Amino acid sequence: MDFSYSDEQRMLADTLERLVADSDSVGDAAPITLWHTFAELGLLQLPFAEHVGGLGGDGIDVTIVMQAFGRGLVREPYVAGLLLPGTLLARLANSAQRERWLSPLLGGEYRMTLAWQETAARYDAHAISTRARRQADGWVLDGSKQGVMAAAAADALVVTARLDDGLLGAFLVPNDSRGLARRDYTTLDDRTASDIQLTGVLLPHDARLGDDASDTLDAALALGRAALCAEAVGAMQAACDQTLAYLKERRQFGAPLAGFQVLQHRMVDMHLNLEQARSMAILAATSLERPAGERDYRVSAAKAYCGEAARFVAEQAIQLHGAMGMTEECRISHYARQLIMFDHHLGDVDHHLEIVSERLTAA
Amino acid sequence: MNLDFTPEEQAFRREVREFLAAELPDDIRERVRLGRRLSADDHLRWQNVLSRRGWLAAGWPREHGGPGWGPVERHIFDEESASAHAPTVVPFGVSMVAPVIMKFGSEAQQRHYLPRILANQDWWCQGYSEPGAGSDLASLRTRAVRDGDHYIVSGQKTWTTLGQYANMMFCLVRTDPEAKKQAGISFLLIDMQSPGISVRPIVTLDGAHEVNEVFLDEVRVPVANRIGEEGQGWTCAKFLLTHERTGIAGLGHAKQALRHLKTLAGQIRHRGRPLLELPSFRQRMVKAELELMALKVTHLRVLASARDGAVPGAVSSLLKVRGSELRQELSELTRRALGPEALPFFPGFLYGDEALEPERAEYAAAGAQYLNRRKLSIYGGSNEIQKSIVAKTLLGM
Repeated sequence: MDFSYSDEQRMLADTLERLVADSDSVGDAAPITLWHTFAELGLLQLPFAEHVGGLGGDGIDVTIVMQAFGRGLVREPYVAGLLLPGTLLARLANSAQRERWLSPLLGGEYRMTLAWQETAARYDAHAISTRARRQADGWVLDGSKQGVMAAAAADALVVTARLDDGLLGAFLVPNDSRGLARRDYTTLDDRTASDIQLTGVLLPHDARLGDDASDTLDAALALGRAALCAEAVGAMQAACDQTLAYLKERRQFGAPLAGFQVLQHRMVDMHLNLEQARSMAILAATSLERPAGERDYRVSAAKAYCGEAARFVAEQAIQLHGAMGMTEECRISHYARQLIMFDHHLGDVDHHLEIVSERLTAA
Repeated sequence: MNLDFTPEEQAFRREVREFLAAELPDDIRERVRLGRRLSADDHLRWQNVLSRRGWLAAGWPREHGGPGWGPVERHIFDEESASAHAPTVVPFGVSMVAPVIMKFGSEAQQRHYLPRILANQDWWCQGYSEPGAGSDLASLRTRAVRDGDHYIVSGQKTWTTLGQYANMMFCLVRTDPEAKKQAGISFLLIDMQSPGISVRPIVTLDGAHEVNEVFLDEVRVPVANRIGEEGQGWTCAKFLLTHERTGIAGLGHAKQALRHLKTLAGQIRHRGRPLLELPSFRQRMVKAELELMALKVTHLRVLASARDGAVPGAVSSLLKVRGSELRQELSELTRRALGPEALPFFPGFLYGDEALEPERAEYAAAGAQYLNRRKLSIYGGSNEIQKSIVAKTLLGM
């Protein structure tokens, strides 16, 4: 049992601390300015195995990155634009596909995203109705995808689709493909997303990644969820720090708010949630290499737990800031938005509680 | 970073498990499993087994006869003990007064008391709370007036757990009424057989006699029984409270309680189906499961930092708050799971030696235990006090 960082991880944490401090973009219209810096720092290679051109980082390395992003409200799509499509490529692509798609993704010169979510399937990545039909010169895709994060800036999308033989396929779809229509929008947590319509999109044979993508998709989503938990922990930490600082500074009735016991205990409750959520994020990050069933049980437990904790911290942070917490000008409101919307990415509390519940058996 | 126990720690766990399987008397195991009150003799029988094995004083260093375990071994021992239905070691001697004697006692005091604790020769109780001094412990009023080489002690202590069995009490008394409230307190060891002491039972809402009032009427206590200097009692008390709080999350018990609840909810039927499948009930069980998962990791984080030499401090307050809340929730779910079976009350079975039909016996404790578990958020510094400690020491509020 060891909860300390290695020397390399400490260096990584320091680097990110500086990077995030230097690039505060709260209030800006979510400009993507850091991606090339990520590439230079090796952050884009970090989470992938060495034999596919990565640095062989583990779940804790990703946790370090995401916590820093959460603390600093960094909106670059590290999860949606790197971890999710990258995991599918790294595990399913043949060497030609890796060369063509994964290498430039890890190099930062090519942007991608994963289109997995559909309106009718809600958070279930397998109950999809997008279809891929095989034909003589390749594949035809039909269907629609919802809430595809960072799609507008992507050069290509990895799209999941059901095949006639019942398998789940993953396809590389250039963003400028004929028959692909995008409706772009911004999200409440200051990111960009799109709904995507695929109408008879023609793809070559080599657009398909591997064979059945189900297990790899689950692995990618597990990594994404663990990463989001870590990001939420970083944001909760910042929200707690900032709320505490505000309580110490703000005076009413001739005394600092921090002196009022009713507020002290509420602050402690926030802290309790933060520390418990941190534990769950660690549990998720250290469970990624376990057998799929065990991994998903723990990751779902963490995502559900962090979802509740994030909502609690966000709501209390607003309340303890009083009316100031309601303003866009106050930084806490940006953390609150992120913490509330965290629950809507990659499965919410109810979705994940159900997964845990299904596996809860009589002892 | 990893959450795994080392091979040595896993081997230690097996050793503890085998020891418990072989040495824990069946009748005691069964009483604990069914939630029945243990007699003084039950406690002593088990503690003598532990003493012979050298495992009674889990937290003691080797120089004083302890096993020299670190926080991780202690945790493993607690967890395995709870899951084997072993009695919890009565903490007042081994885990509470002993560390104070080791830290602040004279060599003569250490030589006299510590071996007696190790051999279960003294049963200690705690003379801290008073009718007017609960969470505000430092406002205690029990007076100790110097008379030659004795103190004359008068006052009243309360909530004295298992004081009915005790022959020794460690006691906070006011030796200087003029000093600032914390500064006038001293730490005395009092023989419960001394003239002037009387113990009166307090029956709690679960019908149990666990706590007592202790009246002290001009009790003569040798000055040699004072630990530390006169007026240093508060330092001893604070030191003791930090010891009391480690392990107070009771995770081994929570784990055991959840396991028991799952078994019950799988057996008990609600409209023809296992209660486990009732959505509103299942939802609360799932939440309890998640809370336990999180607490286990938080506890491991605290253990790892304690192992590496850090003082747990305020973080153990967090564990106490969440651990007690979880155990209370589990006791509530267990009570509810039993439905109408939670209603019957058989004090002669729970607190005495009366027999009960086996199927009744399985469920008999749950209702009373729910009531008993209300104490978890009150004792050892109430949860509100814990939060104030966190606010002050961890958050600087």
